[in-house]
Amino acid sequence: MRFNIMGLIAAIAAVALVTACESATEKTSGASGAGAAKAKLIRIPHKPAEPAMKAKMAGPKSGSQADLVINVGDRVFFDFDKFNLTSDARSTLEKQAAWLKKHSGLTITIEGHADERGTREYNLALGERRANSTKDYLIALGISPGRLKTLSYGKERPVALGSNEEAWAQNRRAITTVTGGTPSG
Amino acid sequence: MTNPVRRYRLLAPIATACMLVVLAAMRPAGAELRIDITRGSVEPLPIAVTQFIGGGPEETRFGRDIADVVAADLERSGLFRPIDPRAFIQTRMALKTLPRFGDWRVINAQALVQGRAKLEEDGRLKVEFRLWDVFAEQQMVGLAYFTVPENWRRVAHIIADAIYKRMTGEEGYFDTRIVYIAESGPQNRRIKRLAIMDQDGENHRFLTGGAALVLTPRFSPALQEITYLSYYRNTPRVYIFNIDTGRQELLGDFPGMTFAPRFSPDGKKVIMSMAKDGNSEIYTMDLRTRVVTRLTNHSAIDTSPSYSPDGKQVVFNSDRGGAQQLYVMGADGRNVRRITYGKGRYATPAWSPRGDLIAFTRISKGIFYIGVMRPDGSGERQLAKGFLVEGPTWAPNGRVLMFFRQTPSDSKGGGGRARLYSIDLTGENEIEIITPLDASDPAWSPLIP
Repeated sequence: MRFNIMGLIAAIAAVALVTACESATEKTSGASGAGAAKAKLIRIPHKPAEPAMKAKMAGPKSGSQADLVINVGDRVFFDFDKFNLTSDARSTLEKQAAWLKKHSGLTITIEGHADERGTREYNLALGERRANSTKDYLIALGISPGRLKTLSYGKERPVALGSNEEAWAQNRRAITTVTGGTPSG
Repeated sequence: MTNPVRRYRLLAPIATACMLVVLAAMRPAGAELRIDITRGSVEPLPIAVTQFIGGGPEETRFGRDIADVVAADLERSGLFRPIDPRAFIQTRMALKTLPRFGDWRVINAQALVQGRAKLEEDGRLKVEFRLWDVFAEQQMVGLAYFTVPENWRRVAHIIADAIYKRMTGEEGYFDTRIVYIAESGPQNRRIKRLAIMDQDGENHRFLTGGAALVLTPRFSPALQEITYLSYYRNTPRVYIFNIDTGRQELLGDFPGMTFAPRFSPDGKKVIMSMAKDGNSEIYTMDLRTRVVTRLTNHSAIDTSPSYSPDGKQVVFNSDRGGAQQLYVMGADGRNVRRITYGKGRYATPAWSPRGDLIAFTRISKGIFYIGVMRPDGSGERQLAKGFLVEGPTWAPNGRVLMFFRQTPSDSKGGGGRARLYSIDLTGENEIEIITPLDASDPAWSPLIP
């Protein structure tokens, strides 16, 4: 258990670095992809009602979004104006597929996003393509199409703020979010 | 919504009849006072817009406010330079007698606007005005309008349109509205609401509350309806918003995201993209029969369709050639041809209401441009550029465009300011439209009937 906690802290630290530009005190509606992931991450250490021991024992609940974010990786990244999966993206999705097979009762939505360096409508179409190529790969890896939905946000929901290459690279992404069903184990 | 304004021609000949015309000193007889708006930078025409006269304090206030709106409209067009009223020599104007033209020539007013506001016994407001050619000493136009007093702004815009039309030979565009997306909050959780306002930013109103993300509104030709994209229940779909009733109606039940909607010129169809299995194609939906027709069939992205004003052709955005370019096809989807071959990517085409040009966004080497070209792709001209300029929309006379301009943001979430701007077709006279919040995705209405 202690090992798990260390892992959790390390993962939170890593995510905190990625999203360092965002305020940790902000509350999100949970509706938007990366925002939702971040909010859930932060909620774990801050949950006031949770007894300290229990929190230590639990870690991220197996099959939860936090579990996916910390232990699997919830997102893949794309090159500018591209929707093909990089080898990094494939490797992440292979882990996601294994995780989804373990939690076969879960349904997920894959959100496709674009950076701000395109026009709005084209980026909606591009985000849809990115979500769909992610979905197609998960299906190829044996995940039932009935468990997978796609949703494009175009350039409407950046995760990284700032008009620079680093932020744009993080915003060209597809995010897997748990949207229904029950985890197993 | 659109309160009717009745108009009729004043007894126009009166002025000319009682005038034993003193031949104009400055201009040869027959050379009419006229603004050529097809040239690049036009020297704005000096015009004196006098306070419309009125009886009591209320009428006087209407008279002053209407004259102010008329002058502001004309000035923003970039074609007129209203003269500071403090320079006026003749300060008391009566409609029944001729202006003292000499007094106006002294301050170099080429044109003179005078008028009167009167509250009728039935509660209506009567507004009349005359436009004078100061040097020819001739009335160019004279009209009167009846309306409910709350509608005084519309009357002012209608008068400005009449003056614009008389002086330029083109329809005006002041009696129009803008629907756009009002933005607030941090960039990663931006709240976006439908909003509507007069073309000068007045009579501003929010149409949606901001709970659902909304994008890309466009007017129907009949004006009472707006088609737009809403993420209501996290499902991006095309909706139609009725301005009169506030009702929002989902446009059809599609198996995938519907987006990038626009009305056909006759208002009977909506053309839009639908994405299924990641592939965006262009479809139309007949609003009466609900029949859906697919126009494109290609594995590339096909989006941002815009009809030619005669409804016979559609310009759209596709990356079927490898990167975003503009294509034109027949309204039946046949005869697709690429029209853009310049450097960079082309997007967001908008066919001019005059039919002669297509406006677009171009992205090249990290810079965004607003430009226009002829429908065959020739004659490309750049109008505006910046870090991010996008989404041109045409004024109904096809002489002025509006677009939005967004500034870069920093890693703390600062910056990223988005505002609306209008610009002449010549690329001159770029003006910010003042909005209460950040603003994007403008759509210009037709002239209000």
